[in-house]
Amino acid sequence: MSLNIEEIRALFPVLHQEVHGNPLIYFDNAATTQKPKAVLDALCAYYEHDNSNIHRGAHTLADRATRYFEKTRESVRDFIGAKEEAEIIFTKGTTESINLVASSFGRKYITKGDEILISTMEHHSNIVPWQMICEEKEAVLKVIPIDDSGELLYEEFEKMISARTKLVAIVHVSNSLGTINPVKQIIKKAHEMGAKVLLDGAQSTNHLSIDVQDLDCDFLAFSAHKLYGPTGLGVLYGKRKVLESMPPYQGGGEMIKEVSFEKTTFNEIPFKFEAGTPNIADVIAFQKALEFINSVGKKNIKNHEDELLSYATSKLSEIKGFIPVGTAKEKVSVISFNINGMHPFDVGMMLDAKGIAVRTGHHCTQPLMQRFGIEGTVRASFSVYNKKDEIDEMVASVAKIAKIKNK
Amino acid sequence: MSSILDIQNEIIEEFSILGDDKESTIYYIMELGSQLPLFPESERVDENIIKGCQSKVWLTTRENDGKIQFYADSNTDITKGLISLLIRVLSERKPSEILNTDLFFIDKIGMGNIIGSQRSNGLAAMIKQMKLYALAYQAKQNA
Repeated sequence: MSLNIEEIRALFPVLHQEVHGNPLIYFDNAATTQKPKAVLDALCAYYEHDNSNIHRGAHTLADRATRYFEKTRESVRDFIGAKEEAEIIFTKGTTESINLVASSFGRKYITKGDEILISTMEHHSNIVPWQMICEEKEAVLKVIPIDDSGELLYEEFEKMISARTKLVAIVHVSNSLGTINPVKQIIKKAHEMGAKVLLDGAQSTNHLSIDVQDLDCDFLAFSAHKLYGPTGLGVLYGKRKVLESMPPYQGGGEMIKEVSFEKTTFNEIPFKFEAGTPNIADVIAFQKALEFINSVGKKNIKNHEDELLSYATSKLSEIKGFIPVGTAKEKVSVISFNINGMHPFDVGMMLDAKGIAVRTGHHCTQPLMQRFGIEGTVRASFSVYNKKDEIDEMVASVAKIAKIKNK
Repeated sequence: MSSILDIQNEIIEEFSILGDDKESTIYYIMELGSQLPLFPESERVDENIIKGCQSKVWLTTRENDGKIQFYADSNTDITKGLISLLIRVLSERKPSEILNTDLFFIDKIGMGNIIGSQRSNGLAAMIKQMKLYALAYQAKQNA
């Protein structure tokens, strides 16, 4: 099915504006996607009609807000194919989801001499929490290498994993390169060796259909704001058995069963991991983002994005001085590149002058940039509301910029 | 040599010709960067990198007849253009002149809007470093 992109664009108010006298072309979707009007309306409607604290209030508004809040949990469960709602924990974002596992799982299961495996292409938020717990527990952090195209060296992973490996924390899709990692294979192998697996799904949940039961991952972390939802909201999926065995992450309200000064007993999952008043408004509005995705269809979104990716890749490749960074066979709609002789910051600023929003820099993956021997890249990332003629505009601008140093 | 005031007014006039055209303004800033005097290679060391800039900026000085000459370089062309503007205004001046100068041209040409907040912070760091050099030279001259 071919999508009517103009109809989709009409749902996103922010897209309809000019930047420096040019129509906005938003190609920074890997950083955050724009929000459909339904999400914005839901945020307002919550505060206008339903605002109240959830789970404990004995009044109509509290009951209503609680039902809407829990409805989103059901939708998230459905969205990633989890077995039950109790396995869905709301957090601040992917970063907090990973920190929760590092802190709670790490505290309980990581001991001296244990190993945690990550890859070269991790975002800092899937590096630093593990460095912290490894330092605390005298455990060892090992890094799976990649090849020059930005693909994970699976054979190296097979050699590195051992009985000492307690956890494999790996990015499903690279934010800097767009590489899709063979996570199903990795999870299977890790489980054979007795290790648990955390998937950083920040960049995969918006492009790929996810079924956590089929993947069999133990944890999946992702953010709502990259899925057309509000900022400041994330999800941690965990298998019931693993989550139940883990100690609480933070102490406070909501996460307790009973408190006395002598002893506190903890609530059931997911509430055990949701201390304090949660981000109610954003959770409720996130429902509308998921409805948007379901209404367009994940397959349709993926097909459209793939088409944009291959169109942009072939057009940009014709430009003299264009240097692609990350050319894996399996990619999502992310193109990272440099222009020979130019700094990515300058390229980004010149594109901005034409109303084209891209990300420049190291994309919070400094070790990956070091692997490629570069300071950073320009990253254009496409979403369902982007069009081929926007890519034509970008290609024309990049060609003009590249000419400065590549005559 | 023109006064600091005259040079700032010259820059304001040059930018006013570019108007609101952001693309031309950026190309112009990059063009200015290509005219920076050659940076002494022996000075391209980590100690000369200005802290607080996202891109790399090296800054060093020479003293000549009580006046400070600034030499700078950067790994990005736009930043080179920015620092070339500062050098045009502040180089070959006495420390007291550098310290007492109000760099009004930056606001007047709307530099904040042109380069955005991150690069504005970098620009502020460059100015701070130049004034610190002036302060150090002044202390030395008064000693």
